[in-house]
Amino acid sequence: MANLASEFLGIRSPNPFWLASAPPTDKEYNVVRAFRAGWGGVVWKTLGLDPHVVNVNGPRYGVVYGADRRVLGINNIELITDRPLEVNLREIKAVKRAWPDRAMVVSLMVPCDEDSWKTILPLVEDTGADGIELNFGCPHGMSERGMGAAVGQVPEYIEMVARWCKKHTRMPVIVKLTPNITDIRFPARAARAGGADAVSLINTVSSITSVNLDSFSPEPMIDGKGTHGGYCGPAVKPIALNMVAEIARDAETRGLPISGIGGVTTWRDAAEFMALGAGNVQVCTAAMTYGFGIIKELTAGLSLYLDDKGMALSDLVGRAVPNVTDWQYLNLNYVTKARIDQDSCIKCGRCYAACEDTSHQAIAMKPGRVFEVIDAECVACNLCVDVCPVEDCITMERLAPGTLDPRTGQVVGDGHADWTTHPNNPMSRAAE
Amino acid sequence: MSTPQTPGIVAGRLAPATIAENFADIHPLLDAHEARVAADRCYFCHDAPCVTACPTEIDIPLFIRQIQAGQPQAAARTIFDQNILGGMCARVCPTETLCEGACVREAAEGKPVEIGRLQRHATDTLMAAGGHPYARAEPTGKRVAVVGAGPAGLACAHRLAMHGHDVVVYEAREKPGGLDEYGIAAYKTPGGFAQDEVAWLLRIGGIEIRTGQAIGRDITLEGLRAEHDAVFLGMGLGGVNALRAEGEDRDGVRDAVDFIAELRQTDDLSVLPVGRHVVVIGGGMTAVDAAVQSKLLGAEHVAMVYRRGPGRLSASAHEIAHAQTAGVRVITNASPVAVHGNGAVREVEFAYTEDTPDGLRPTGQTFRLPADQVFKAIGQTLDGAPGDLEVDGGKIAVTGAGRTSVPGVWAGGDCTAGGEDLTVTAVAQGRDAAEDIHAALTA
Repeated sequence: MANLASEFLGIRSPNPFWLASAPPTDKEYNVVRAFRAGWGGVVWKTLGLDPHVVNVNGPRYGVVYGADRRVLGINNIELITDRPLEVNLREIKAVKRAWPDRAMVVSLMVPCDEDSWKTILPLVEDTGADGIELNFGCPHGMSERGMGAAVGQVPEYIEMVARWCKKHTRMPVIVKLTPNITDIRFPARAARAGGADAVSLINTVSSITSVNLDSFSPEPMIDGKGTHGGYCGPAVKPIALNMVAEIARDAETRGLPISGIGGVTTWRDAAEFMALGAGNVQVCTAAMTYGFGIIKELTAGLSLYLDDKGMALSDLVGRAVPNVTDWQYLNLNYVTKARIDQDSCIKCGRCYAACEDTSHQAIAMKPGRVFEVIDAECVACNLCVDVCPVEDCITMERLAPGTLDPRTGQVVGDGHADWTTHPNNPMSRAAE
Repeated sequence: MSTPQTPGIVAGRLAPATIAENFADIHPLLDAHEARVAADRCYFCHDAPCVTACPTEIDIPLFIRQIQAGQPQAAARTIFDQNILGGMCARVCPTETLCEGACVREAAEGKPVEIGRLQRHATDTLMAAGGHPYARAEPTGKRVAVVGAGPAGLACAHRLAMHGHDVVVYEAREKPGGLDEYGIAAYKTPGGFAQDEVAWLLRIGGIEIRTGQAIGRDITLEGLRAEHDAVFLGMGLGGVNALRAEGEDRDGVRDAVDFIAELRQTDDLSVLPVGRHVVVIGGGMTAVDAAVQSKLLGAEHVAMVYRRGPGRLSASAHEIAHAQTAGVRVITNASPVAVHGNGAVREVEFAYTEDTPDGLRPTGQTFRLPADQVFKAIGQTLDGAPGDLEVDGGKIAVTGAGRTSVPGVWAGGDCTAGGEDLTVTAVAQGRDAAEDIHAALTA
């Protein structure tokens, strides 16, 4: 079994799976249950200054389902901890003392003035916590009070607050980023400029999960009204993966440690985040859906994968980053055609409907419901592969260099050719 | 109290509660969540094979998608547009040989989308909501006679009424519904559904049903033609094939269709007598229904004996497996030779047969099965064609959408040649004849 012991900013944990700052990490009771189940660490639910906030007293979660009520995404309008600061600090201290091998990071959100941060940081330090995470992401409630995403959406504020924290504590500082911005690289660069030790992302995505078509209110509904919440779970994973990759490959933030968050549900999701540069991952929705027991699948799965690949955990981190590039550098000589395996085809015709109606009319429907690719029309868009209900029934096969592409009438070129040198590109550089 | 071992033909072989349980709904209604889960398995195939396999050509992927989208009543409308008896067909169709047999997931995994049960979810939801989804067109002043209130006649009548014609349905029996009411195993359509469905169908208006009116007995084709602008014949098959075995008139030997009809009309099945040793002769759905229901009533031994090989059984493999699971012994390649007994039947003698290129031949070996009750289920026949209608293979000959050899007379359902003898086929033929009649009447 591969060793999953993880070290992130010098914070050790028996595995790279932390519970994200969220309802599962709001109390000693929950966190102890998580540690007993085997979680590597937690980011304690965000603390604020007293008087503590209050939450709504109606539903605070909305949901998007897939088939069989499978939870694809949850949105929440919960705020930061609604318990007194002293209670949380006492419990954090107790848990860290009882579970010294687990990572204990404390999420913080206080008003945007240096004194507030200067006040709370020593209190947290006193608990023996391993680090702090600055909640610059919460998109609802707190942002209206000038905190959370209101800070995370202004790079200058991020830099300023990060600097205060580095000044007033010896603990490692992680800046948690909001995805509710146009370009994730700017807040990440600001965090680094402010001296932050790492970024964690993504926080939740501003969202309305659904509208009640009888009462005409957004869900979750509070007395006939609703408000946008923060969306999380498997549905946001692709957004998170891209943002993690952008930071991992950006010249100004390359090497900045990243804690990956956003829809991690199985070991595979975690491995993908880590391959794109995350040093560890944080999990919330999967735990909220299935309970803490999933940690056994996450750890066993990641371990088995690493064993199969003959890799150490550290080998995985960033392994896919060099392969994330800009569109303009994609090889235009990589020409593929869809191939349908007639033996595994179940003749549903979805590839045909998709191609005929919405793509390039590159699949022929022949007598007996036989579906065949017309190479002269196939642009290799992959839609047929995506909609086919049978795994590996339709695949994309590469045309070898030197063969004729019947669609273009051109011979597939050897070597690499991309948009930067393409004759249609007005900005193209002359080939040397 | 009787037991399964009590000799003779007696009632109450099982406790009333056990009998009630045995005859409960074989495929209970899917609830909303079950339906959505089942609906999610549909691939929404292009030019879907299930639609092609449905005699009424219901747009199955569409109605399943409508269930998935939370609108079972819209789904029901999609079904009823093609098949006004969609509620009954959802219960009695041999889906394993029709839509579900053609489902690509049947080919891929041996587990088709549960189309029949999804259809029932949709149609039951709409019917439970009350009302009727169709309105009549402006009255045309035309009158059409429909003979037989079975699936063909009802489908024809409804479509004609929808087009604004006035319809009189002449039904030989006391109740409308045809085989949906008098045939078909009780556990497939419990709770008086056949009558509920007819009542719901009639809500469109413009349809009068006259019961106790048999053609050839109470009415004639000539009389109907004289009084109506068109006639549709859908009276099914009134005759039953004879066994042609010695002793077939002994006590305890009866037609399976009569037994099933009596069973269907018996409210308390614990008073319905059944034999200890029941022998059913035949290989079709009627034989299966008689055999299985005998077993469910408490018969100790039930054998279903078919003269040809297993590959020739007209009941589907699914139905045969169902019978075997119920405890029916299915014997093939055995032809009845004689019914033995002294007054009442005591044994049936069979000759083993083999299928040869020249037809069925006895092997020379025989065997006897103990029997105190014998059901004959070897096919039904048209009890004489009314008027001088042309006949084809013992059934009314039709061309196109049910046109008979006599102008102004259409026919459909089991009484006509062509198509399988299924409720769904009868509905399709009745519906299509109605459209043809409508076209003729408004030309």
